[in-house]
Amino acid sequence: MTASATTPNVPRNAVPPTADDVLALERTWRDPPGWIGWLSAINHKAIGKRFIVAAFGFFVAGGILAALMRLQLARPDSKLIGPDLYNQLFTMHGTTMMFLFAVPVMQAVSVYLVPLMLGTRSVAFPRMNAFAFWIFLFGGLVLYGAFILDIGPDAGWFSYVPLAGPDYSPGKRVDFWAQLITFTELSGLLEAVVLVTTVFKLRAPGMTLNRIPLFVWAMLVTAFMVMFAMPSVMLASTVLITDRLVGTHFYNPAEGGDVLLWQHLFWFFGHPEVYFIFIPGLGFISSIVATFSRRPIFGYSAMVLSLIATAFLAFGLWVHHMFATNLPELGKSFFTAASMMIAIPSAVQIFCWIATLWTGKLNFKTPLLFVLAFFFILVLGGMTGLMLASVPLDLQVHDTYFVVAHLHYVLIGGAVFPLFGAIYYWYPKFTGRLMSERLGRWNFWLFFIGFNVAFFPMHLLGLQGMPRRVYTYGSEMGWSGLNALSSLGALVIAISVLLFVINVFASLRRGERAAADPWGGGTLEWSVASPPPACNFEAIPVVHGRDPMWEPQPEPTHVAGLATTSRELLMTTVLDAVPDSRESFPEPTIWPFVGALATTVLFVGSIFTPWAVVWGSVPVAIALTAWFWPRRHENRAHLALEQQP
Amino acid sequence: MKRALHLVVAVAFALAGALAWAQRTVLQPGAHDALAPAGPQAARIGDLWDLFMVICGIVFAAVLITLAVALRRAPRADAGTPADVSMADRHEPGPYRSVLVGVGASIVLLFVLLVASVSTDRALARLPLQGALNLTVTGHQWWWEIRYDGDPVSETFTTANELHVPVGRPVVVTLRSDDVIHSLWVPALAGKKDLIPGRTATLQFQAAQPGTYRGQCAEFCGFQHAWMAFEVIADTPEQFAAWAARQRAEAAEPTDEKLRRGREVFLGSTCVMCHAIGGTDASARKAPDLTHVGSRTTLAAGTLRNDAESMTRWIRNPQQIKPGVNMPSSTLADADLQALVAYLGSLK
Amino acid sequence: MIENGSQSTHAAAMARREASAPAARAVGKALDVTELPSFAFSHRSLMWWGTLGLMAIEGMVFALAIISYFYLRTHADRWPMSTPPPALLWGTLNTIVLVASMLPNHLAKRAAERLDRRGVQLWISVCLGAAVLFLVIRAFEFAHLNCRWDTDAYGSIVWLLLGLHTFHLVTDTWDTGVLLTLFFTGPLEGKRYVDVSENALYWYFVVLSWLPIYAVVYLGPRG
Repeated sequence: MTASATTPNVPRNAVPPTADDVLALERTWRDPPGWIGWLSAINHKAIGKRFIVAAFGFFVAGGILAALMRLQLARPDSKLIGPDLYNQLFTMHGTTMMFLFAVPVMQAVSVYLVPLMLGTRSVAFPRMNAFAFWIFLFGGLVLYGAFILDIGPDAGWFSYVPLAGPDYSPGKRVDFWAQLITFTELSGLLEAVVLVTTVFKLRAPGMTLNRIPLFVWAMLVTAFMVMFAMPSVMLASTVLITDRLVGTHFYNPAEGGDVLLWQHLFWFFGHPEVYFIFIPGLGFISSIVATFSRRPIFGYSAMVLSLIATAFLAFGLWVHHMFATNLPELGKSFFTAASMMIAIPSAVQIFCWIATLWTGKLNFKTPLLFVLAFFFILVLGGMTGLMLASVPLDLQVHDTYFVVAHLHYVLIGGAVFPLFGAIYYWYPKFTGRLMSERLGRWNFWLFFIGFNVAFFPMHLLGLQGMPRRVYTYGSEMGWSGLNALSSLGALVIAISVLLFVINVFASLRRGERAAADPWGGGTLEWSVASPPPACNFEAIPVVHGRDPMWEPQPEPTHVAGLATTSRELLMTTVLDAVPDSRESFPEPTIWPFVGALATTVLFVGSIFTPWAVVWGSVPVAIALTAWFWPRRHENRAHLALEQQP
Repeated sequence: MKRALHLVVAVAFALAGALAWAQRTVLQPGAHDALAPAGPQAARIGDLWDLFMVICGIVFAAVLITLAVALRRAPRADAGTPADVSMADRHEPGPYRSVLVGVGASIVLLFVLLVASVSTDRALARLPLQGALNLTVTGHQWWWEIRYDGDPVSETFTTANELHVPVGRPVVVTLRSDDVIHSLWVPALAGKKDLIPGRTATLQFQAAQPGTYRGQCAEFCGFQHAWMAFEVIADTPEQFAAWAARQRAEAAEPTDEKLRRGREVFLGSTCVMCHAIGGTDASARKAPDLTHVGSRTTLAAGTLRNDAESMTRWIRNPQQIKPGVNMPSSTLADADLQALVAYLGSLK
Repeated sequence: MIENGSQSTHAAAMARREASAPAARAVGKALDVTELPSFAFSHRSLMWWGTLGLMAIEGMVFALAIISYFYLRTHADRWPMSTPPPALLWGTLNTIVLVASMLPNHLAKRAAERLDRRGVQLWISVCLGAAVLFLVIRAFEFAHLNCRWDTDAYGSIVWLLLGLHTFHLVTDTWDTGVLLTLFFTGPLEGKRYVDVSENALYWYFVVLSWLPIYAVVYLGPRG
């Protein structure tokens, strides 16, 4: 226990930490017990786990919706599901996968892992982090509530006007969709701010920006993209609600509005959005390839620059979703060029990974298998992406099953397969047990085969003229065989996901116990126990290279002097991670949960009346003020540690 | 494991084959395949497609082969194998050169694809348009209104869901929408173009040989998006002229009692609220023009064959065939319905 | 720059510098951080980054709304479409009051950085008064826009721009009120002064983001 000259009465950690230090830290950083404690939790690992579980819950729900769609399309002229329900199914499937699974799950995993990788004990704004989780969860539940009550949206996951406008979609269906956007975008934006601040200010001493793991770079770049792209869809969906609720005319051509304004605003967000999903996947791949090749990724700087280049370029592609509209042809060609150009940084990354595998020593475990599938599936999806980037080709296959095939190849190959690999990889860290390697292989092969059987035929169906979003088709079209094959593939995917779920739950009880570092990884999360203690690190590490677990560590090795009976963290400078100040962090509190409830009431109320914005903001203001208001005992603890700058 | 895999794949293909064989044929649709072009626009796109397939195929194979070689030649390891950080922050010449070559080749190939794409785009825009046939297609929830813009204006006529064009003559289609966004797409002839409310777009194409080509709406437009199809029938110039002349004429007069009865039923029931028949008082434009409905090959926007049985089923209960469609079911007595169907069938 | 070359003066200067900029000290395996301050201003604080993130997001919303304004305008034959442009009086008045409020805002920020509780109480009160004043004037602005949100697309986009900014005014007024109350009742600590400083930063954003919106809403249709 060291002491400070200015604040001598507070216990602080020594290096190495004493038994008292460890005990005190555990008591300080854990979440309180009981139901209220569970709702008040703000530990990033608790929030991260809940967030991951919720996102996967939505994944399964979205998958069930897809299974129903494939059941209907397995035979021509099928009377199993009529157009009304089918339109809701594909709308809910797309909305769930894009807004409630793919983007949130990436943020969820990073909420758990980033503080561990950076060598700190918390995210920058732990209460806001908790709020963002609750808002996401409530938004999803509201949407599914609407679906179950038969007022779920049915105008597609990108809800084009005028079909989604007040004239052609009466009732509240589309409003529930638009408000879901508000929920999920609020959550996403807050998480982005949390992540950027965490990465810039809470790194371990010596972890210069040049030394952060490539996964953290991927999440940082994604967070910046989120901050600049999500506002577009927030704006678009909010004015869609006002068009529907209070008679504005943003999208009404009869009164000076424009139908394509929706498409521009939506796709300005929508194209970067697929990169919010894809880039974290690239981060997973870097982590897994490094560990299972027993060497750092080749070309760290090129990898970082590629991530940044991809993020920038992603903002310049959106019109490729609108090639069939009557925009000027010259403009469209620009977007063809940009859409092809973005392949270059992705190619750089792929070649660097192959170089890493080529010069490494390979450990073929399940995480690596899922990552290897990326090279097949994503690259194929990238090739069809180049085809879609070309205006003439796109004009044939736009809005057909060819696009459905492409988007699933890039999203599932580029993000979901790496995500599954990431779960197998980090599950021992989250839970202290390893997932079954045998079930993992079955999971992998069934998923890989099922995926290709389900989605490859769709390329052909699109070329043979089958449009998207059709609830059935005639037997004379010649599409029946390939559709049946695709549905069979979907069944195989379902089985593989079932195996995954079984593996996750069974391994919790019966998985082989995991040490701190079961895979021999190089980054800081592998230096702590599996699962980590509440405080993550008993002493904050000092870092001297990119792979602290693999490189010899000169002195100093750890940080001494942070309080053990109070939540105190070290803040370092942005570029060079020089220790800069100590900051006291908040304790668990119910207010993020209550605030999220109040916000939910406001959002849901405003689907029905604009006055909800006024009276709904009162409970929100109360909750947020109570959240902010300092508690006397916390204040006393902070004052005991206070040292002016 | 491997054998199970083979079995699964074999079963899958067998199943698909069986299903394909077991298809019933209700309709004989026109050609509906982007890879079977029947006009210069679709043909140029087809050529571009071939180039992309070759280049993308080569790139895909190259990446996979390189990966496969990498996986095979690398020594095996486990979690305990010490990680190699000897290259940290040092230049690795071998991988560096390889990545550079790979990226360089990718850039060159991307440039080739870009140039090919842009020049195809320009070629498509340069279809010679002298003597073009002018049409205006207005999209409705869930049918196509087709107006032949005649020159002089008195030669204008309107039909629905079926387009005739003369072979070898360019066609310029002006695209409008009455309600939501639709998209006109005839894969055998050209790429698609959206019909956007509040905007006017144009599409040009040409049919190179006689035949029937199917098109389908390609932008989700509500309940019956799935069944919003149409046919493009490419005639010889003489056949086309004859067809156009017939379409310009007013509706055929009933020639017997049953047909007269049919026309009375039409004019006396709710049909006239939406449908027009040239030469009668019915002139509503909310639904397809029926002046020459008997001459069309399909009914209900390409959904049914145009015969008496289908027509009867359609009029009696359209909601059964296309749930959500804007046409209500009818309450006509059987005899009246038969007369009506006969009358409509006579409007060739 | 040390002009006097004497060793002891140099050492004294170094010691003075180190004393005024506390740093972590490496002692064997340990890097001791006990001498570091427990709060810091500007980019050294988490709140600054949070505020900056919020400004980026909100700035993007404003930018997209302004772009939408011009987008709709290029598609229109007449602009405004069917109504007279907004009356200049109230908007210009509010602009003057908003810009003027940057002074008490700046003084509040300075007081916070000096850890001057009384100074903060004084200047934040003035800011709050200014905030209430512009909310009142904002009500008059809405009443004199000469169009409704449902008149046509022009009306819709003008109400949107003004509405978005008003939303920020309202939330900033509330934040300022809460901070002011806290500075009277306590409990206070160093971090709360940082909050005041960052609230002032956000206030600058609310004022500065108004200027382009003012130009677009009031001067745009007259251009």
